[in-house]
Amino acid sequence: MTALLEMKDLKVRVEDNEILHGLTLTVNPGEVHAIMGPNGSGKSTLSHVIAGKPGYEVTDGQILFRGEDLLEMEPDERAAKGLFLAFQYPVEIPGVTTWNFLHTALNAQRKARGESQLSSPEFLKKVREVAKSLNIPQDMLKRGVNVGFSGGEKKRNEILQMALFEPAVCILDEMDSGLDIDALRIAADGVNALRSPDRAMVVITHYQRLLNYIIPDFVHVMSKGRVVKSGGKDLALELEASGYTQFEDAA
Amino acid sequence: MVAAVRDTVDRVRSIDVDQYRYGFETLIESEKAPKGLSDETVRFISAKKNEPAWMLEWRLEAYRRWLTMTEPTWARVNYPKIDYQDIHYYAAPKPKKTLSSIDEIDPEILKTYEKLGIPLREVAILEGVEPPPEGESANRKIAVDAVFDSVSVATTFKEELKKAGVIFMPISEAIREHPELVKQYLGSVVPTSDNFFATLNSAVFSDGSFVYVPPGVRCPMELSTYFRINERNTGQFERTLIIADKGSYVSYLEGCTAPQRDENQLHAAVVELVALDDAEIKYSTVQNWYPGNAEGVGGIYNFVTKRGDCRGNHSKISWTQVETGSAITWKYPSCILRGDNSRGEFYSIAISNGHQQVDSGTKMLHLGKNTSSRIISKGIAAGKSQNTYRGLVTAHRKATGARNYTACDSLLIGDKCGAHTVPYVEAKNSSATFEHEATTSKISEDVLFYCTQRGLSQEEAVGLVVNGFVKDVLQQLPMEFAVEAQKLISISLEGSVG
Ligand SMILES: Nc1ncnc2c1ncn2[C@@H]1O[C@H](COP(=O)(O)OP(=O)(O)OP(=O)(O)O)[C@@H](O)[C@H]1O
Ligand SMILES: [Mg+2]
Repeated sequence: MTALLEMKDLKVRVEDNEILHGLTLTVNPGEVHAIMGPNGSGKSTLSHVIAGKPGYEVTDGQILFRGEDLLEMEPDERAAKGLFLAFQYPVEIPGVTTWNFLHTALNAQRKARGESQLSSPEFLKKVREVAKSLNIPQDMLKRGVNVGFSGGEKKRNEILQMALFEPAVCILDEMDSGLDIDALRIAADGVNALRSPDRAMVVITHYQRLLNYIIPDFVHVMSKGRVVKSGGKDLALELEASGYTQFEDAA
Repeated sequence: MVAAVRDTVDRVRSIDVDQYRYGFETLIESEKAPKGLSDETVRFISAKKNEPAWMLEWRLEAYRRWLTMTEPTWARVNYPKIDYQDIHYYAAPKPKKTLSSIDEIDPEILKTYEKLGIPLREVAILEGVEPPPEGESANRKIAVDAVFDSVSVATTFKEELKKAGVIFMPISEAIREHPELVKQYLGSVVPTSDNFFATLNSAVFSDGSFVYVPPGVRCPMELSTYFRINERNTGQFERTLIIADKGSYVSYLEGCTAPQRDENQLHAAVVELVALDDAEIKYSTVQNWYPGNAEGVGGIYNFVTKRGDCRGNHSKISWTQVETGSAITWKYPSCILRGDNSRGEFYSIAISNGHQQVDSGTKMLHLGKNTSSRIISKGIAAGKSQNTYRGLVTAHRKATGARNYTACDSLLIGDKCGAHTVPYVEAKNSSATFEHEATTSKISEDVLFYCTQRGLSQEEAVGLVVNGFVKDVLQQLPMEFAVEAQKLISISLEGSVG
């Protein structure tokens, strides 16, 4: 079986500071991995490097997507291959309606994959269904991308896009931050609905609570740019009880 | 500086002349005035046009006035000194004869228009732009008065317009056929002494369009002129005069392109609009004159005076412009709100890339009571360009209840360009309410990354953000033009990101 996503001894610099110091992680189809770790341990950095954000220098190691060298690809190529990142801090794009943005993006991905373009009515039907299943009001689709959205709405918009694009690998960077209890449950249900034998999820979170809803197959602890411990879902409970201090020394 | 910004800069540096899609030259013989400007040149032009004596006198007076004037220097643009004696002030395609139908036009010229995608042949116009047969818009067509270098080569739909009583013809013809109208209105909005470039135009203008819409008539179609500079070392001095008589309405579209050249070419047009009581004029421009190459060599110098006079009560004039071309743009379509309750509007998208310099904006001069104006300006600067909005809103002592709303938004792409906003506001009475809003934003790395993560290429991402930014103004354009303008905007921003 080829892994969906593989990080091998990954070293990453930002403006002359090494942030990731040799990170290794393998994600197989059907698996859900949770990554936990203190502030500044490099979780968002990892997600950005996987998605291809400019400004990061990979000095060593590799990232493979279904065995292909991901680092050779532009961010949009990665997206079209099925890589999705739900941002910790989604940006606002004034003047561009959410539904136009989603339509354009989906068609761009489909084009890159050699699939047919969705007409406006086809797209509208699809996006309405997805929005409904996530309890997202239609009105939100008419507004500028994330413009004036509450923190929770922004996060829900990320989940909406994920459900719409049906990616192979979903990286969720603190999707639970800013969500109230009900919204969290709905979003988690959305994520769970996407769980499938050929899809994998990497869930970055600070809180064990989320993992009650999205039950991971593996939990990894990141500290100072490395994975310092991996285990099953019980590791999250352990962390909740004892905190990260034990790992700070290990790193 | 992060990697992507560095990339952007490199890309912008590599912007090539090849990207100017309209850079081809039509090989036809032409008839030019000798280089240089003198009494003789003015007489030559007037004679070529078979003008009556009063017109020659008008020109000569302007010429004498021009000799006493100096080029303005207040705009935020830099260019080498223009040698006014090194320009041909008149060029006409040869053979020059009066053309009575499109079939008589040189096929080379027709081909040029084809390349530009201008529907010169009536058939093409009908096929291309006629909307579905329903409702009021069913009869919308576009009449084209094409100006090739200095001579109007074809006027379509003359007959249908004639039925409605609308006069739409080259101004050179109007001078001969409707001297009373031309005499009454020419120079009544932009006087011959107005400014250096307008005065120059008054002396040497060669052709342009003339429109008169009689009282109570709603012009049955959009009127359109395509100007095109083709001749080397030729200055272009179009003169357009549009009069909307009481209770009438007209929408006029102007589009411009120019072939690519190493020499800079001077363009100094004058457009005058007059709206009488209850009349409305909508004037839309899409300008993509050649902007010069990657090093900033070549390109059109566009020094234009456009002004509308809301002379009557309850009259309305609205300017919409999409400026994507020219090496230098110096242009302030303005409204004189003379009639009570008159209204002026200015909607502008000004895009600069490469080494382009844009200094554009508007003047809203409130003279009448309860006059209102609205200014929506969207400036987009990329590459190493400089983009300035310059605006003036004034209310006269008697302009009680004058209202203005101004919104100036600038969008920067990359970090080597500049956007500047220079708004002057002056109210001479206390009942005037002027509102001004301005924003400057950047297409940030984060926005670009967000879009590319969702599958858009960098170019598509910029296109999407820019289209969102200019949407409010594009909506002001007639449909056919809006689509064209949208395409132009993406062409002119090609290579603006890495
Ligand atoms: N552009 C940058 N320049 C310098 N340092 C940076 C830059 N971006 C990130 N870092 C540093 O890299 C480290 C890891 O940051 P990262 O955002 O990946 O942490 P995180 O694990 O996601 O933290 P949090 O839990 O707070 O979201 C931090 O010390 C941060 O300051
Ligand atoms: Mg983070």
